[in-house]
Amino acid sequence: METPRHWRLKKQRYALVGEECPHCKAKIFPPRDVCPECGLEAKTVYHFSGKGEVYSYTSLTDAPAGFQASAPYAIALVKLEEGPIVTAQLTDIGNEPVKIGMPVEMVTRKLRDDGDERGMIIYGYKFRPVLS
Amino acid sequence: MALLIPENPVGIIGYGAYIPRYRIPAAEIARVWHDEGGGVPVKEKAVPGPDEDTITMSIEAARNALQRAEIDPLLLRAVWIGSESHPYAVKPSGTVVAEAIGADTAISAADFEFACKAGTEALIAGMGMVGSKMAQYVLAIGMDTAQGKPGDVLEYTAAAGGAAFILGTADESLAVIEAAFSFVSDTPDFWRRQSEKYPEHSQRFTGEPAYFHHISNSVNAFLEESGTKPEDYQHVVFHQPNSKFPQKIAKDLGFSKEQISTGLLAPIIGNTYSGAALLGLSAVLDIAKPGDRILVASFGSGAGSDAFSLRVTERITARAKMAPTTQQYIQRRTEIDYAIYARYRDKYVLK
Repeated sequence: METPRHWRLKKQRYALVGEECPHCKAKIFPPRDVCPECGLEAKTVYHFSGKGEVYSYTSLTDAPAGFQASAPYAIALVKLEEGPIVTAQLTDIGNEPVKIGMPVEMVTRKLRDDGDERGMIIYGYKFRPVLS
Repeated sequence: MALLIPENPVGIIGYGAYIPRYRIPAAEIARVWHDEGGGVPVKEKAVPGPDEDTITMSIEAARNALQRAEIDPLLLRAVWIGSESHPYAVKPSGTVVAEAIGADTAISAADFEFACKAGTEALIAGMGMVGSKMAQYVLAIGMDTAQGKPGDVLEYTAAAGGAAFILGTADESLAVIEAAFSFVSDTPDFWRRQSEKYPEHSQRFTGEPAYFHHISNSVNAFLEESGTKPEDYQHVVFHQPNSKFPQKIAKDLGFSKEQISTGLLAPIIGNTYSGAALLGLSAVLDIAKPGDRILVASFGSGAGSDAFSLRVTERITARAKMAPTTQQYIQRRTEIDYAIYARYRDKYVLK
């Protein structure tokens, strides 16, 4: 069980809360307090819109421990409209094929149980095809 | 008995629906259980994906409600979720939802439970909170991923979905809540014990002594006390455990088919339990016009019914368009068979 880690990461995981660099205005995700663009301190909280597009993706049938229940599933690099690229599971794809450039939006879903059905439920961002 | 009317008028300033995308037709459930003889209670029901639960669905409905309300989530003073399928037996759903939508830590976050009327319970409690000026805004949600025992009659209807409502002062509202009335009694029609996965029901208690008795009492008392008649309302929403009950209660109480048609979703998404009456209301608000009057009557087993009426304001016109509509979620549909349904709903024993 990794309760402290999940607790520390909840804000960024539940709602894509990152940072904005006060110097060069770069949007930063995941938050790291130092701007990867200009190297200066960046601690201003920034709420990402959750909109983006599939930059690239792959499909997993042999899922890592803890994720077998969702297999097969697609993992994508999602380019957020504010700039950063995040890695996330795609969900609610239905019968639509995943395509590079596909517009997607962030939803908060169950990622997995920490341990077994007795452990805490880990929630976090995934992306799905844009609803409207 | 007098109606529940807050000292300061209260209304809905934002609302949001959520229905998962998967559907299992009732005919498919009948096929598996060789139950093709009689009719089925609904056409199909909404099924949550494997990564969805009452918390994740509440988050999306709440985000839709916030988009329509156009308020800073930090101004909410309560996040209340009514459900009979809270993911944890002990650990609130409300705190996770509040964190995810960016609410403050200075809030009340409680989970309500009253079978299918937990959502309207939260809404009426929110009326008191805003109407007493203890809170500027309250978020009340009714959401469920209902459990149905394989092969049981409830498996045909136990569905997933719900809606979120942000309450504020009447002068900011897209629909003013005029008054409410609650009617409850100790009636053993349906229950689930603490550690049980599936509910039990007393077949003969479901209809007359439970659903019909409680709704007719709450609605008749509401109409009498408010001095209104069935024809005063453009839209009426009843709790909808199947297709038949809401249509029968409407007829019994003097409401027309036209009055219930917009909010009657059970035939195509099933019974969303705590979400059912509130999703019906969100479907009505999506198409309502300024000046429309709406009557809602929920029902929860155990048992009770909350009746309340709303008067739609001119703000509805702009705000209805600011988030996905209930019908958009209904139309987003992927049909699944019983085998996939069983996987998504954890029916297979893996260890």
